[in-house]
Amino acid sequence: MGKLDSKVPSGPLADKWTKHKNEIDLVNPANKRNIDIIVVGTGLAGGSAAATLAELGYNVKTFCYQDSPRRAHSIAAQGGVNAAKNYQGDGDSVYRLFYDTIKGGDYRSREANVHRLAEVSTNIIDQCVAQGVPFAREYGGLLDNRSFGGVLVSRTFYAKGQTGQQLLLGAYSAMNRQIQRGKIKSYTRHEMLDLVLVDGKARGIIARDLVSGEIERHSAHAVVLATGGYGNLFFLSTYCMGANVMAAWRAHRKGAYFANPCFTQIHPTCIPVSGDHQSKLTLMSESLRNDGRIWVPAKIEDAEAIRAGKLKPTEIAEEDRDYYLERRYPAFGNLVPRDVASRAAKERCDAGYGVNKTGEAVYLDFDAAIMRYGREKALTSGMKNPDDATVRKLGEEIVEAKYGNLFQMYEKIVDENPYKTPMKIYPAVHYTMGGLWVDYNLQTTIPGCYAAGEANFSDHGANRLGASALMQGLADGYFVLPYTIGDYLSDDIRTGPISTETTEFDEAEKAVRERIEKLMSGSGIHSVDYYHKKLGKIMWNKCGMSRNEKELKEAMKEIAELRKDFWENVKIPGTAYSKNQELEKAGRVADFLELGELFAMDALERNESCGGHFREEYQTEEGEALRDDENFKFVSAWEYTGEPSKSKLHKEDLKYENIKVKTRSYK
Amino acid sequence: MKLYLKIWRQKNADSKGSMVDYTLDGVESDMSFLEMLDILNEELISKGEEPVEFDHDCREGICGTCSLMINGQPHGPDSRITVCQLHMRSFNDGDEIVIEPWRATAFPIIKDLIVDRSAFDRIQQAGGYISVNTSGRPVDANAIPIEKEMADKSFNAATCIGCGACVAACKNASAMLFTSAKVSQFALLPQGQVEAAERVQNMVRQMDLEGFGNCTNTGACEVECPKGISLENIARMNREYLSASVKG
Repeated sequence: MGKLDSKVPSGPLADKWTKHKNEIDLVNPANKRNIDIIVVGTGLAGGSAAATLAELGYNVKTFCYQDSPRRAHSIAAQGGVNAAKNYQGDGDSVYRLFYDTIKGGDYRSREANVHRLAEVSTNIIDQCVAQGVPFAREYGGLLDNRSFGGVLVSRTFYAKGQTGQQLLLGAYSAMNRQIQRGKIKSYTRHEMLDLVLVDGKARGIIARDLVSGEIERHSAHAVVLATGGYGNLFFLSTYCMGANVMAAWRAHRKGAYFANPCFTQIHPTCIPVSGDHQSKLTLMSESLRNDGRIWVPAKIEDAEAIRAGKLKPTEIAEEDRDYYLERRYPAFGNLVPRDVASRAAKERCDAGYGVNKTGEAVYLDFDAAIMRYGREKALTSGMKNPDDATVRKLGEEIVEAKYGNLFQMYEKIVDENPYKTPMKIYPAVHYTMGGLWVDYNLQTTIPGCYAAGEANFSDHGANRLGASALMQGLADGYFVLPYTIGDYLSDDIRTGPISTETTEFDEAEKAVRERIEKLMSGSGIHSVDYYHKKLGKIMWNKCGMSRNEKELKEAMKEIAELRKDFWENVKIPGTAYSKNQELEKAGRVADFLELGELFAMDALERNESCGGHFREEYQTEEGEALRDDENFKFVSAWEYTGEPSKSKLHKEDLKYENIKVKTRSYK
Repeated sequence: MKLYLKIWRQKNADSKGSMVDYTLDGVESDMSFLEMLDILNEELISKGEEPVEFDHDCREGICGTCSLMINGQPHGPDSRITVCQLHMRSFNDGDEIVIEPWRATAFPIIKDLIVDRSAFDRIQQAGGYISVNTSGRPVDANAIPIEKEMADKSFNAATCIGCGACVAACKNASAMLFTSAKVSQFALLPQGQVEAAERVQNMVRQMDLEGFGNCTNTGACEVECPKGISLENIARMNREYLSASVKG
């Protein structure tokens, strides 16, 4: 196994975290003042980690490419955050959340990490409420919950369709308090371009000031990467435009193993692509599946008529509609997990039942919910025999209160009123379960380099459940990393400040400057976006919702060729030492062009289907994913050896001692 | 459609900027406004010119990064949305579109259409938080019930995205709507009461230090706010400020 020691503590599962916290070394408060920590990324994981580390007394430097920590893309998370509070009394528990997460991840995540996540989930809600996060409440004044996919309880806390925003602003406010106290120094409009290792330990970063273009050196005793996921590899995704893999990939090239790169979440409910000019895709929250019913026409001629603009969805009779999720998965219906819902949509569209011009869309229909809520409201308001129009109006008001901002967002983009006609949706890249390999302490294979939140691989296996990303980001940042990092730093209390005037920093800076010069010296034929879009097409067509050996091999070859072309022919106007958005994009795309190849290779090596990774060769007769636990119940952790295609595979075997590994069924 | 664009170009903070004319053809009504600018930039790059720099990130109206003055209106002609949610169907073939950055002393221009809004961060740092450490053992989240109406009002104030449209819309470049939104979020919750007096005084002091203007109640900020943050918040902040001052 070599370096892959997961460091999972011994003892019964439910006691591991408590026992570990009791046994790890601590740094005393006076010594914390002598220790510096760099946190790259200020989303939920980075922001909460930075604030907590500063509260504990460490000197923290944060870096974000945005103009303010408040703008990290956690802000766009809509639906909610899970926690095993069991406020609804519906039988929820830490164990059930743990179980749902392992099962949802298709038995490809690490038991001990997931159990810890479920344990601290309840602290998150307490912490956020204490910080003044305005969660949705019931009329009695207590917190409200809703349901998400892949579970049978209501454990999701939310703030309308803007939960991520409210949680991020909570973490941002905690950061602001520490910035004011001088314990956090916040570097905005800065991008990490490389990790600096001294004697094999992470001791700093090279960053670029995106305004002046200056290259800077920053040292610390430990470096935390909370830089999010790499879904922008696909060009079109629900990620923000700036999301990138650079920090994680630079660490990977310096020795951090990259785990399960092919585990990508393709979210079932996004607004479909409208044309070639499209720059990003917009998610419609999974919470909509609480009330929306997904369907396509049952008759192929109806689907054809709709695509030709000759028929409207509201004109199709109830019996001529195929509510295919309810049909295929009666137990979970429209609330099956994301991977299952996405594949089912693709299956219907591939079979010719798609409902927009491109044939790549299905309906998400609120009509039944509007009428149901309307009738309920009419009853509770004492109306007798209200007409349909009144019921509809009452129902629309309730749906608006629940999902108003999402409906408004949809209408602005598509120019159709979703209260009157069903939404059109299609799957899109939304999240990456893969990421830097970390042990139980969230440390990568580079000592002193930690990864938190979406940037690590640890908790979601091959598929993440809805409302669990916010949970993991905050769990890592508020409750896990600030403690586990102390164990490592306890050896550094006598180290003193790390100098940036060393050969290691000299070399790292030199390499960064050379890379920038090389980018700027391309022959200048095509723009950065030209390459990014080409890469995205390869990824989506050959490494997307379903994959096969032939196409994965083609993808590897095509990406390698595209990368070569990029370095020879990319065109970046302007200069390196000034604000230059094209240069920023170029550095990010250059790394995607390496990661893409590893991604395809990882998918090629995993000869099974699990979660979001669907290999056409491995499916049941009914078209469901066919896992191979005998041969693939492991984490793939890739070691960089100089070329993505020559990366070396290390395996971390997954042991399930507290949960029975079964075929995942939502029927 | 064919559009005639007039765009503010400025090399950096120290140089003098000017409006530059561009003609852009082949714009489709399904494109977003920023996708229209992406196409312009592709054209400029292919001609070897520097693209127009503008701030943008989430492109779904929530991060608050995008910040363009379009024909004199922050975030353009449509209401309750950010520029990134604006679509070209709001324009017609042959339109002239004037695109400028936010204009305010407290928001210096960095390049082209990008301004420096770090003053907003400093206002938040002055008091936009509740002083509670991460301990893992605060009181249970349901220990203090909060009236739904108050929780909802607090939430509405908390939906501010910090884009700065309120400042750009205001003839005095006042940041009252932005500051009052955070003051209100906490003033409406029991958790925020303990530090309420100190918070409002510190945040207002910082706001003044940054060089934002005074509020003269024209209400332009509320009209242009993409999130519909209400003027009531300014009234609440004034009350909070007054009562804090009386307390000394």
